[in-house]
Amino acid sequence: MRLDLYFDYVIFPILTISVILIFIRLFKGPEIVDRVIALDLIITVGTALITAYSIRSGQAIFLDVAMILALIAFLGTIAFSFYLEKKG
Amino acid sequence: MTNIFIAIFSTIGSLAILFASIGILRMPDFYLRLSVTVKAATMGVGFLLASAAIAFPDVSVTTKAIAIAFFLVLTAPVAAHMIGRTAYHTGIRTWKGTVMDELKEKKFSDDTKKAAIKENDKLNGPA
Repeated sequence: MRLDLYFDYVIFPILTISVILIFIRLFKGPEIVDRVIALDLIITVGTALITAYSIRSGQAIFLDVAMILALIAFLGTIAFSFYLEKKG
Repeated sequence: MTNIFIAIFSTIGSLAILFASIGILRMPDFYLRLSVTVKAATMGVGFLLASAAIAFPDVSVTTKAIAIAFFLVLTAPVAAHMIGRTAYHTGIRTWKGTVMDELKEKKFSDDTKKAAIKENDKLNGPA
Protein backbone atom coordinates (compact mmCIF):
# COMPACT_ATOMS: atom_id res chain seq x y z
CA MET A 1 0.00 0.00 0.00
CA ARG A 2 1.44 3.35 -1.02
CA LEU A 3 0.12 5.31 1.95
CA ASP A 4 2.39 3.25 4.22
CA LEU A 5 5.41 4.26 2.15
CA TYR A 6 4.30 7.92 2.29
CA PHE A 7 4.10 7.76 6.08
CA ASP A 8 7.47 6.01 6.31
CA TYR A 9 9.36 8.40 4.05
CA VAL A 10 7.65 11.78 4.65
CA ILE A 11 5.57 12.07 7.83
CA PHE A 12 7.82 10.22 10.29
CA PRO A 13 11.05 11.97 9.14
CA ILE A 14 9.38 15.41 9.48
CA LEU A 15 8.18 14.61 13.02
CA THR A 16 11.60 13.17 13.94
CA ILE A 17 13.39 16.29 12.72
CA SER A 18 11.05 18.48 14.76
CA VAL A 19 11.72 16.41 17.90
CA ILE A 20 15.48 16.82 17.32
CA LEU A 21 15.10 20.61 16.94
CA ILE A 22 13.09 20.79 20.18
CA PHE A 23 15.77 18.71 21.93
CA ILE A 24 18.37 21.32 20.93
CA ARG A 25 16.25 23.96 22.70
CA LEU A 26 15.86 21.64 25.70
CA PHE A 27 19.63 21.38 26.10
CA LYS A 28 20.36 25.03 25.28
CA GLY A 29 17.45 26.74 27.08
CA PRO A 30 18.84 29.68 29.07
CA GLU A 31 16.12 29.59 31.75
CA ILE A 32 14.25 26.72 33.36
CA VAL A 33 10.89 27.84 31.89
CA ASP A 34 12.33 27.40 28.39
CA ARG A 35 13.10 23.80 29.26
CA VAL A 36 9.61 23.30 30.68
CA ILE A 37 7.90 24.44 27.46
CA ALA A 38 10.36 22.37 25.40
CA LEU A 39 9.35 19.27 27.40
CA ASP A 40 5.69 20.16 26.95
CA LEU A 41 6.18 20.48 23.19
CA ILE A 42 8.07 17.18 23.05
CA ILE A 43 5.15 15.38 24.71
CA THR A 44 2.70 17.06 22.30
CA VAL A 45 4.80 15.92 19.33
CA GLY A 46 4.86 12.47 20.95
CA THR A 47 1.06 12.49 20.84
CA ALA A 48 1.28 13.33 17.13
CA LEU A 49 3.83 10.53 16.55
CA ILE A 50 1.61 7.96 18.27
CA THR A 51 -1.35 9.09 16.16
CA ALA A 52 0.69 8.81 12.95
CA TYR A 53 1.93 5.35 13.96
CA SER A 54 -1.63 4.33 14.72
CA ILE A 55 -2.64 5.27 11.16
CA ARG A 56 0.46 3.61 9.70
CA SER A 57 -0.02 0.28 11.49
CA GLY A 58 -3.81 0.20 11.34
CA GLN A 59 -4.19 -0.30 15.10
CA ALA A 60 -6.75 2.13 16.49
CA ILE A 61 -6.01 1.09 20.08
CA PHE A 62 -2.86 3.29 20.16
CA LEU A 63 -5.06 6.40 20.32
CA ASP A 64 -5.80 5.58 23.98
CA VAL A 65 -2.09 6.00 24.72
CA ALA A 66 -2.12 9.36 22.93
CA MET A 67 -5.02 10.49 25.13
CA ILE A 68 -3.20 9.59 28.36
CA LEU A 69 -0.02 11.27 27.13
CA ALA A 70 -1.88 14.54 26.41
CA LEU A 71 -3.31 14.42 29.96
CA ILE A 72 0.13 13.88 31.52
CA ALA A 73 1.63 16.78 29.55
CA PHE A 74 -0.96 19.18 30.96
CA LEU A 75 -0.44 17.97 34.53
CA GLY A 76 3.34 18.21 34.22
CA THR A 77 3.32 21.79 32.97
CA ILE A 78 0.86 22.87 35.68
CA ALA A 79 2.96 21.25 38.41
CA PHE A 80 6.18 22.83 37.12
CA SER A 81 4.63 26.31 36.99
CA PHE A 82 3.08 25.90 40.46
CA TYR A 83 6.34 24.95 42.16
CA LEU A 84 8.46 27.46 40.22
CA GLU A 85 6.13 30.26 41.30
CA LYS A 86 6.23 29.03 44.90
CA LYS A 87 10.02 29.06 44.81
CA GLY A 88 9.85 32.68 43.71
CA MET B 1 -9.84 8.97 -2.48
CA THR B 2 -9.65 8.42 1.27
CA ASN B 3 -5.91 7.95 0.98
CA ILE B 4 -5.52 11.34 -0.69
CA PHE B 5 -7.38 13.05 2.17
CA ILE B 6 -5.31 11.21 4.77
CA ALA B 7 -2.08 12.22 3.00
CA ILE B 8 -3.09 15.89 2.71
CA PHE B 9 -4.24 16.20 6.33
CA SER B 10 -1.24 14.42 7.82
CA THR B 11 1.13 16.51 5.69
CA ILE B 12 -0.45 19.76 6.89
CA GLY B 13 -0.30 18.55 10.50
CA SER B 14 3.31 17.43 10.42
CA LEU B 15 4.39 20.64 8.66
CA ALA B 16 2.66 22.71 11.37
CA ILE B 17 4.56 20.74 14.01
CA LEU B 18 7.82 21.29 12.10
CA PHE B 19 7.15 25.05 12.02
CA ALA B 20 6.47 24.98 15.77
CA SER B 21 9.80 23.29 16.43
CA ILE B 22 11.69 25.72 14.18
CA GLY B 23 9.96 28.55 16.04
CA ILE B 24 10.90 27.25 19.47
CA LEU B 25 14.50 27.01 18.33
CA ARG B 26 14.81 30.35 16.54
CA MET B 27 12.57 32.82 18.43
CA PRO B 28 14.52 35.39 20.46
CA ASP B 29 12.42 35.45 23.61
CA PHE B 30 10.66 33.11 26.04
CA TYR B 31 7.22 34.63 25.47
CA LEU B 32 7.47 34.36 21.67
CA ARG B 33 8.58 30.74 22.03
CA LEU B 34 5.58 30.05 24.26
CA SER B 35 3.18 31.56 21.74
CA VAL B 36 4.62 29.45 18.90
CA THR B 37 4.47 26.27 20.96
CA VAL B 38 0.83 26.49 21.90
CA LYS B 39 -0.79 27.52 18.63
CA ALA B 40 1.11 25.67 15.92
CA ALA B 41 1.55 22.40 17.80
CA THR B 42 -2.12 22.23 18.76
CA MET B 43 -3.09 22.80 15.11
CA GLY B 44 -0.69 20.11 13.93
CA VAL B 45 -1.93 17.47 16.38
CA GLY B 46 -5.50 18.41 15.48
CA PHE B 47 -4.86 17.80 11.78
CA LEU B 48 -3.15 14.46 12.47
CA LEU B 49 -6.09 13.38 14.63
CA ALA B 50 -8.47 14.39 11.82
CA SER B 51 -6.55 12.17 9.42
CA ALA B 52 -6.77 9.33 11.96
CA ALA B 53 -10.53 9.85 12.17
CA ILE B 54 -10.70 9.60 8.36
CA ALA B 55 -8.44 6.54 8.22
CA PHE B 56 -10.49 4.33 10.54
CA PRO B 57 -14.15 3.99 9.46
CA ASP B 58 -15.33 3.49 13.01
CA VAL B 59 -17.44 5.70 15.30
CA SER B 60 -15.38 4.92 18.41
CA VAL B 61 -12.13 6.10 16.77
CA THR B 62 -13.77 9.32 15.60
CA THR B 63 -15.08 9.95 19.10
CA LYS B 64 -11.65 9.28 20.58
CA ALA B 65 -9.96 11.65 18.12
CA ILE B 66 -12.50 14.39 18.85
CA ALA B 67 -12.00 13.85 22.60
CA ILE B 68 -8.19 14.17 22.33
CA ALA B 69 -8.45 17.30 20.15
CA PHE B 70 -11.00 18.87 22.49
CA PHE B 71 -8.83 18.10 25.51
CA LEU B 72 -5.76 19.63 23.83
CA VAL B 73 -7.66 22.77 22.80
CA LEU B 74 -9.03 23.07 26.33
CA THR B 75 -5.81 22.52 28.30
CA ALA B 76 -3.01 23.98 26.16
CA PRO B 77 -3.99 27.66 26.70
CA VAL B 78 -4.42 27.09 30.44
CA ALA B 79 -0.96 25.54 30.74
CA ALA B 80 0.57 28.30 28.61
CA HIS B 81 -1.09 30.98 30.74
CA MET B 82 0.22 29.39 33.96
CA ILE B 83 3.80 29.02 32.75
CA GLY B 84 3.81 32.51 31.22
CA ARG B 85 2.55 34.01 34.48
CA THR B 86 5.23 32.12 36.40
CA ALA B 87 7.90 33.36 33.99
CA TYR B 88 6.75 36.97 34.35
CA HIS B 89 6.67 36.81 38.13
CA THR B 90 10.08 35.14 38.38
CA GLY B 91 11.51 37.96 36.29
CA ILE B 92 12.17 36.58 32.79
CA ARG B 93 13.01 39.58 30.60
CA THR B 94 11.35 40.40 27.30
CA TRP B 95 13.66 41.01 24.37
CA LYS B 96 14.65 44.43 23.05
CA GLY B 97 11.97 44.52 20.32
CA THR B 98 9.06 44.49 22.79
CA VAL B 99 7.08 47.71 22.43
CA MET B 100 4.49 47.26 25.20
CA ASP B 101 4.28 45.70 28.65
CA GLU B 102 0.75 46.24 29.94
CA LEU B 103 1.17 44.10 33.07
CA LYS B 104 4.05 46.28 34.27
CA GLU B 105 2.01 49.46 33.83
CA LYS B 106 -0.93 47.85 35.60
CA LYS B 107 1.22 46.79 38.56
CA PHE B 108 2.62 50.31 38.79
CA SER B 109 -0.82 51.96 38.72
CA ASP B 110 -2.06 49.48 41.37
CA ASP B 111 0.81 50.50 43.63
CA THR B 112 0.04 54.21 43.23
CA LYS B 113 -3.64 53.54 43.88
CA LYS B 114 -2.79 51.68 47.12
CA ALA B 115 -0.57 54.56 48.21
CA ALA B 116 -3.39 57.03 47.54
CA ILE B 117 -5.85 54.94 49.59
CA LYS B 118 -3.39 54.76 52.48
CA GLU B 119 -2.94 58.54 52.37
CA ASN B 120 -6.69 59.02 52.39
CA ASP B 121 -7.09 56.68 55.40
CA LYS B 122 -4.42 58.62 57.27
CA LEU B 123 -6.29 61.87 56.74
CA ASN B 124 -9.89 60.76 57.34
CA GLY B 125 -9.60 57.49 59.30
CA PRO B 126 -10.31 54.06 57.78
CA ALA B 127 -13.62 53.79 55.96
